[in-house]
Amino acid sequence: MPPATVPDATHWRDVQLHVVTGKGGTGKSTVAAALALALASTGRSVLLCEVEGRQGIARMFDVDPLPYEERQIAKGLPATPGATAPDGSPRGPAGTVHALHIDAESALLDYLAMYYRLGRAGRALDKFGVIEFATTIAPGVRDVLLTGKVFEAAKPGRRGKGARQYDAVVLDAPPTGRITQFLNVSDELAGLAKVGPIKSQADLMMTLFRSSRTAVHFVTVLEEMPVQETADGIADLRRTGLPVGGVVVNLTRPDELDAEDLAQVIAGTADPAALAGDLAAAGLEGSPDDLGALAEHLLAQGRDHAERRALEDSQRALVAGYDVPTYELPRLAGGVDLGGLYELAAHLRRQGMA
Amino acid sequence: MTVSSTDPGSAAARSATHRRSSHRVGPLAGTEGPAPYLDLDALLDDRGTGIVVCCGSGGVGKTTTAAALAMRAAERGRKVVVLTIDPARRLAQSMGIEELDNTPRPVTGLDTSAGGSLDAMMLDMKSTFDEVVESQASPEKARAILENPFYVALSSSFAGTQEYMAMEKLGQIHRQAEADGTYDLIVVDTPPSRSALDFLDAPERLSSFLDGRFIKLLLAPAKGPARVMSMGFGLITNALTKVLGAQVLTDLQTFVAAFDTVFGGFQQRAQQTYSLLQDSRTAFVVVAAPERDALREAAYFVERLADDRMPLAGLVVNRAHPHPPVELSAEEALAAAQRLERRRDDAGLHDPELTEGLLRLHADHVRITEREAALRARFAATHPEVPTAVVPALASDVHDLDGLRRVGELLAPG
Repeated sequence: MPPATVPDATHWRDVQLHVVTGKGGTGKSTVAAALALALASTGRSVLLCEVEGRQGIARMFDVDPLPYEERQIAKGLPATPGATAPDGSPRGPAGTVHALHIDAESALLDYLAMYYRLGRAGRALDKFGVIEFATTIAPGVRDVLLTGKVFEAAKPGRRGKGARQYDAVVLDAPPTGRITQFLNVSDELAGLAKVGPIKSQADLMMTLFRSSRTAVHFVTVLEEMPVQETADGIADLRRTGLPVGGVVVNLTRPDELDAEDLAQVIAGTADPAALAGDLAAAGLEGSPDDLGALAEHLLAQGRDHAERRALEDSQRALVAGYDVPTYELPRLAGGVDLGGLYELAAHLRRQGMA
Repeated sequence: MTVSSTDPGSAAARSATHRRSSHRVGPLAGTEGPAPYLDLDALLDDRGTGIVVCCGSGGVGKTTTAAALAMRAAERGRKVVVLTIDPARRLAQSMGIEELDNTPRPVTGLDTSAGGSLDAMMLDMKSTFDEVVESQASPEKARAILENPFYVALSSSFAGTQEYMAMEKLGQIHRQAEADGTYDLIVVDTPPSRSALDFLDAPERLSSFLDGRFIKLLLAPAKGPARVMSMGFGLITNALTKVLGAQVLTDLQTFVAAFDTVFGGFQQRAQQTYSLLQDSRTAFVVVAAPERDALREAAYFVERLADDRMPLAGLVVNRAHPHPPVELSAEEALAAAQRLERRRDDAGLHDPELTEGLLRLHADHVRITEREAALRARFAATHPEVPTAVVPALASDVHDLDGLRRVGELLAPG
């Protein structure tokens, strides 16, 4: 079933900050990584950020745990010779993917050094446990620090020693239930800091987050709860004036059976004996009884699959109703390794997400 | 693409299927398979089990598992209350707990012939926190705290508040149950934390917050002359004023001063709950899905529970793909499918496209079961002592009592 809103490659062409969120278990980190690779495959220089201290990027890309420092971890897929970019221009060599693991403590010290040149006072803050206090306890501050670092990396004309310019930043963000609060930093701080430098910093960040240079993508699987959470998340973002990106439907079941086959296995009209005959013709060895049992099993398995596909379709119809570009990624039977990430990136490229 | 294992039905998967039909005979049952079998019925029927805590990373079916265990225990004669954190809307509706009123409500539609009962409640983090403050402070002091912007933010968004409040509520219900015998089993769902361990750290984190040097520093002027500190304090307040603004610092000081008075009570309660979790009447059930990340979290959790001397009952692996009952490897199925693909126009065949599709589906299914079995075998190899129950993936979402009952049967297949 084709998605209702057909995505095209120009949707996110001018987006600088791709925020990827999703309910736990939907594979948002995998999708964020695949999106980074897909963007790099268009020749862009990409930064992939994680903020939840899980070192998921290092594991996915099979590299050592990441420090609080931008590191190159991969290159995009090389372009096929003669390929052109979405706008028709010839495609250059593949871009790079850098990664950054952001933790709030480092971000705060970094921030204090960058904006206040606090020097001795900065060190004193650390000694007195203020850094720990601010990053673990003071509500909202943690999110502002994490998003602040992402903001700093995404903004054009970065200053500072060895600062790289990125064409796109992909953020593996907190889960759907927390995403609006996470990005809506100025509101989160409003109760605490009505004026002052942190407040103005937060306001500056909000101008990027609210602009068309940001897109918040949702990752879901075709099950009731994640799809419902996606709907809630989209509504929340829209209410807050944050830009909704696309929906990536992850882990879809294989479509080995067409509609006719599905209807047949559900209705139970397929004849196991005839199927067993086909199995024998396909070169499978075994007594008629064995092949008959195999045919029965394959049909039962097919029925189970058809049932799940029908449920997926009903959820897919709901997603189509959200009126945002939709992309689909298959469940890889062998699990996601680095090769699998490139495979998923290629899917996203083909569907025009990057 | 290649199939990771050519063995049709790895040993791990076979014994998992086998184990499901056998009964637990004690820890030695583990010698025949990769992990001993977790007998959840035995756990629920044991009157010595007073608290079951379900924990695990997000998206693994923790809430459903908790609700299904609670319902199964109730239908087997226990007087149960289940404390859930964030159930799916329709599941909450079916249990009659859509309203966040922080009070257990009876669940109707249960088979109570065994003399059991089931109450359910959904945690309201903020009002639980408010109640604790109100119980610990004088009315004026409580009002000052509840109105402070720092408290408002802390009670609704402080990382760890939800974890801490889930444990606080557990403590409250436990004390009530001890006093009046309303319940003989409490089943707790834990919040979908970034790290599944957060709730164990919550009491300590709250303590370290209120006990930290910085807080002492903020309190220092209020507590009389603190000349020694004042120089450092000046430096700090100047820096903070520069970063935060003066108003924030004042709010913070007011909050800390007010909160300090109720702090002793908080810390004491946190300690009590922590000991309650260590009690032999408590059983932790770690929930996972047969995925690399979920099992890694589960492994970490198992180790952490051991470090904190928390009693682990075992591991529940949800959403598993059962091993097919036929011996046909992924390669064989794919090869046969390819042969059919070449003969699609062969008039002698019945429906080669359907057969081909079913064979490809089978290959996909076998590869998934092999990967899952390998992941579980790896977990079992590093944690051979952890009893495990494997629950097959359901075709549909669970949102009614019948669904929960079915999950309960899958969790503890007699």
